[in-house]
Amino acid sequence: MSTDLALQIGEHALLARAEFGKLIDALRGQGYAVIGPTLQGGAIVYSEISGESELPVGWTDEQEAGTYRLKRREDEALFGYVAGAQSWRPFLFQPRRTLWRAKGSAADFAIDPDVRETPRFAFLGMRACELKAVSIQDRVFMDGIHPDADYSARRDAAFFIAVNCARAGATCFCVSMDAGPRAEAGYDLALTEIIGEGRHDFLLEVGSPRGAVIASLLSLRAAGDGDAAEAEAIVERTAQSMGRVLQTEGLKSLLQENLEHPQWDDVAERCLSCGNCTFACPTCFCHTDEDVTDLDGQAAERHQRWDSCFSLDFSYIRGGSVRPGIASRYRQWMTHKLANWIDQFGESGCVGCGRCITWCPAGIDITAEAAAIRASIEKD
Amino acid sequence: MSIAPSRSDPMVPRRFRIVEKIHETADTYTFTLVPVDGETACRFAPGQFNMLYLFGYGEVPISISGDPAAPERLVHTVRAMGSVTHAFATLEAGDMVGVRGPFGSAWPLAAAEGGDVLIVAGGLGLAPLRSAIYRLLAERDRYRRIAILHGARSPETILFAEELRQWRRNLDIACEVTVDYAGTDWHGRVGVITQLVALAGFDPQRVTTFVCGPEIMMRFSVEALKKQGVADERIHVSMERSMKCALGHCGHCQFGPAFLCKDGPVLSYDRIRNLVGIAEL
Repeated sequence: MSTDLALQIGEHALLARAEFGKLIDALRGQGYAVIGPTLQGGAIVYSEISGESELPVGWTDEQEAGTYRLKRREDEALFGYVAGAQSWRPFLFQPRRTLWRAKGSAADFAIDPDVRETPRFAFLGMRACELKAVSIQDRVFMDGIHPDADYSARRDAAFFIAVNCARAGATCFCVSMDAGPRAEAGYDLALTEIIGEGRHDFLLEVGSPRGAVIASLLSLRAAGDGDAAEAEAIVERTAQSMGRVLQTEGLKSLLQENLEHPQWDDVAERCLSCGNCTFACPTCFCHTDEDVTDLDGQAAERHQRWDSCFSLDFSYIRGGSVRPGIASRYRQWMTHKLANWIDQFGESGCVGCGRCITWCPAGIDITAEAAAIRASIEKD
Repeated sequence: MSIAPSRSDPMVPRRFRIVEKIHETADTYTFTLVPVDGETACRFAPGQFNMLYLFGYGEVPISISGDPAAPERLVHTVRAMGSVTHAFATLEAGDMVGVRGPFGSAWPLAAAEGGDVLIVAGGLGLAPLRSAIYRLLAERDRYRRIAILHGARSPETILFAEELRQWRRNLDIACEVTVDYAGTDWHGRVGVITQLVALAGFDPQRVTTFVCGPEIMMRFSVEALKKQGVADERIHVSMERSMKCALGHCGHCQFGPAFLCKDGPVLSYDRIRNLVGIAEL
């Protein structure tokens, strides 16, 4: 042990910026593939890293409806951006995978399930909204009578290091969704980055027994009351500066009772049905199964891949699509996310991360669409 | 390494062999399947469905049309509609298919005990209802009046015609068949199935109705039932949407808040009345 501080769950200590690299080393030493924020293609992209030098030191992001830009910060913050372009979803719920292979013919075939070793990921830099998103997908894939074995195995093996948000983006509304900006649960370790007055530290909190094990491998020093208060103040400032608001009171019935509202046609005039929102969303779980066959017809595979309710094919049953119009596809996505999800899983499917707003090429804003329906009803 | 399809992984089909193929109508076939692993074929409740895999073509959701009292074999009635089901029509006894299931909700037969039962089946909708009819006939004394209404496009497209004849001869139940159009050689009823609802003779306070067929047929059948004074919660319909995983994971089969693969396909009408008739839902 490199520290005398043996932290229990719920306890915290300070990790100096100069010691930060040891966290990545400790995780890698424990056999984790560390996934963290990196600079790729002009965006913050969660990707495997081997050391602290790959982190986006001194960078931040500017997000608005249909807009995303990286900018230099005036300091050297490691986690000075808001949220990555893509969430952690692809690491737990694979965008594409093979379920099984079959060989033979219509007269006789054999099926081999595709069995692979489960990767052990450590996610470094999960935002509170992203942690909540994982818990939402857990309900989809792990609860119920048919838990998804691949998701469950990846999820159980994964180590979560939350980093509380020190700033909110213009498309953020996690406060509305009760999903942030402070990570409340579900993490193994949580960090708050404290920069200023000649200091650069992280307040580290332990959230699980395995978090305590990693913490024991770090050079920590005791945190004072002032440190905890400063970390709290940082998160509080973030909460006060949310870029967007989604009024959730009565939202479920508002949407479910207005399935034929003219606003759906209004948004359909702008929506390109590209599906970006569904691929950027950290909770969207829709996927499809595809069968592929070799040219000789003797080998077949079943593939699973992400799907989007914005595609025509998504609702296809013999004879045509159930939802040929863009209005009905946007309605399906939004009413599912904000209303039907509550009937299905007991909570909203939205965490207020703002990705669907930022990454919509038409700049459609889910909070504005919901507000427009609400305003028209309240006016009547 | 080739292993027997796992029954623990619900995405991996179990292999079955076709032991009988019945040519029902021009485009509809009934297949009897037995599992290659020699175990029980499928314990199911009437109204449930399986995902049937045809090697090299893909997978389709097909309701179970056989007798729930005979779990040693599995019976499915398939109409050649799309690419997979057209290929299905070419299969013969001895060929192999993959099966995942059974999935979904069932006709509430136990809840219907002690009352009347009215079956309203349009076209291929008779297939998932045949399983329920087998159970009703086997347990005839648990129910009061039982009436079966079947509507088909034309006499040639009447499904399970021989069994319908038997049911019509059975004095313990009422059975009526109607077609949309027919030639002069047809001596039965011509007209839409909703006209039969008023003639079926049931106690609207004590009846449980099972409705399955094209969505438009179900809508008008429900209207006819309501006109007879049947309460929404006594009406059960079998809904259809795109189906992929059948586990409630893939999202394709959503109809409002319901996942039709696990909350449905059989839904009580009072659960969906606000959704019926909304375009493109």
